[in-house]
Amino acid sequence: MTTLAPPAVRVSKSTAAPGGGRGGSLIWFTVPALLIFTAFGIVPLLGVLALSFTTWDNIGPIQPSGLDSWTAALRDPDLLNSLWVTFLIMGLSWLVQTPMSVLLGVFLAAHFRYRGLLAVLYFVPLLLSSSAIAITYKALLDPNFGAGAQLGVPFLNQDWLGDPVLAVGLLVFIVSWQYIPFHTLIYQGAVRAIPQSMYEASLIDGAGRIRQFFSITLPQLRYTIVTSSTLMVVGSLTLFDLIWVLTAGGPGRATEALAVAMYKTGFQANLMGPASAIAVILVLVGLTLSQILRRLGGGRGDESQQEGV
Amino acid sequence: MHRILRLNWFGGTLGWLWLLVVMLPIYWVVITSFKTQANYFITNTFAPPASPTLDNYRTVIENGFVQYFLNSVIVTAGAVIPAVAVAFMASYAIVRGAGNRWLRSINSLFLLGLAIPLQAVVIPVYLIIIRMQMYDTLAAIILPSIAFAIPLSVLVLANFIRDVPRELFESMRVDGASEWGTLWRLAFPLTRPALVTVVIYNALSIWNGFILPLVLTQSPQQRTMPLALWTYQGEFGINTPAIAASVTLTTVPILIAYAVGRRQLLSGLTAGFSR
Repeated sequence: MTTLAPPAVRVSKSTAAPGGGRGGSLIWFTVPALLIFTAFGIVPLLGVLALSFTTWDNIGPIQPSGLDSWTAALRDPDLLNSLWVTFLIMGLSWLVQTPMSVLLGVFLAAHFRYRGLLAVLYFVPLLLSSSAIAITYKALLDPNFGAGAQLGVPFLNQDWLGDPVLAVGLLVFIVSWQYIPFHTLIYQGAVRAIPQSMYEASLIDGAGRIRQFFSITLPQLRYTIVTSSTLMVVGSLTLFDLIWVLTAGGPGRATEALAVAMYKTGFQANLMGPASAIAVILVLVGLTLSQILRRLGGGRGDESQQEGV
Repeated sequence: MHRILRLNWFGGTLGWLWLLVVMLPIYWVVITSFKTQANYFITNTFAPPASPTLDNYRTVIENGFVQYFLNSVIVTAGAVIPAVAVAFMASYAIVRGAGNRWLRSINSLFLLGLAIPLQAVVIPVYLIIIRMQMYDTLAAIILPSIAFAIPLSVLVLANFIRDVPRELFESMRVDGASEWGTLWRLAFPLTRPALVTVVIYNALSIWNGFILPLVLTQSPQQRTMPLALWTYQGEFGINTPAIAASVTLTTVPILIAYAVGRRQLLSGLTAGFSR
């Protein structure tokens, strides 16, 4: 894509005045996208807020009920559990994924035989549906009929989904298994963009491998770490498919993250009002966290967004 | 150029170990799918099947696989093609009409869409679909899928169209081409790589989609693959080889698509995120 824009054109593009007059007829081009996006994106976003101030049992009429659904949702002790589970999974998978992706990204940025092949194979988990991944691990780790039982390896042969701690651990592992490849690719690209002169200069100063990693590579990757962390955080916030197929929130409520709690409250207990309140909380937590991460990133994400606009 | 980016033993060991971690479950599920149930219980679980059988695949296919597969194809094609088409038109307008106040707000609206998680709005989507009397149809999955594919598509496509030299647009205009003609005869061929990337990316996420089919359909006739897998698991019970076959069978189409479009997908994604 960069080949499409030779430098000379870039210059003329930035100096040319924006054509304000012709916009009128072009607006029609946005109408189909706008209509469907509004109907199934914007309206539902406002709708979920509106529904959180109603009660609806999924069959009868929708009744305005003030703050009833909110008090019901907030008084439910399970909400606190869901928040805790969500943050636990988010924190643990960040702790696992970030160092692994950075190290693998640095590794993949080097030139060696089979590098291309590795990059291709690493990507495979991202192609699979969460449902397929969850089912595979469930079968593989089944305490009675899985690999662990057959091989007689005590570590594998545990009741992974029956124990609260093990279930959370397994979930974190599977999330990492699925998404480390993606973050590795992001870091690989970022490592390659680090100016070589920095390493050359550090060599003259006598810096070793490890010193170079901590003094050059890691600081240079800080914006990438923010981007990648934002994607990880927002991703774990909306984790649903994997949990639903793997544990359905169990054992007990050990893996009942916010999205799972919302689904169970709404579509199983038929309490659409409180479920909508949980959904609003989900959106608010997501927005807050991504704002915090953006601040940490020093506003660079903001600039590049603006450039895109 | 990358003289300093040499391989190190620590990264090397970690890299190859990770490959093992990534590939082992995939290897296991494929070989298990070719084992008979009796054979599965007595042989080493990671050993290849002594006498490979296709029986598990027959079981899966006899249990509605073709229908589920076709449903997934209909939903994916039915959502991706219109989504990319309308997103392309909108991106063209946003780039060519830069400076127009309305178009700028419309673009901001689409960018806002990037922050809306599908899970959070699934209840109102469900309500809308019921009111439209479309519950339990494939169209019920298709419409919201289009909407949620639009924001990222507009972002990526607009970035690509912006790279088309302005002079080309101007000369088309001097030649008397309409905006519609310019869109088709200039922007479309020049942004084809971006379009392919966006198509692959959206197809992947819609093909793997779970929560929309779960919430918006109920009858087995409308099941898509991820949902079908979930129900197969219940139907096959402890028949692990049959479960493995169902996982393998649903994954093969994606792997084929990946083999074909890999370069496009990876380069497109890297370009999209580095901007």
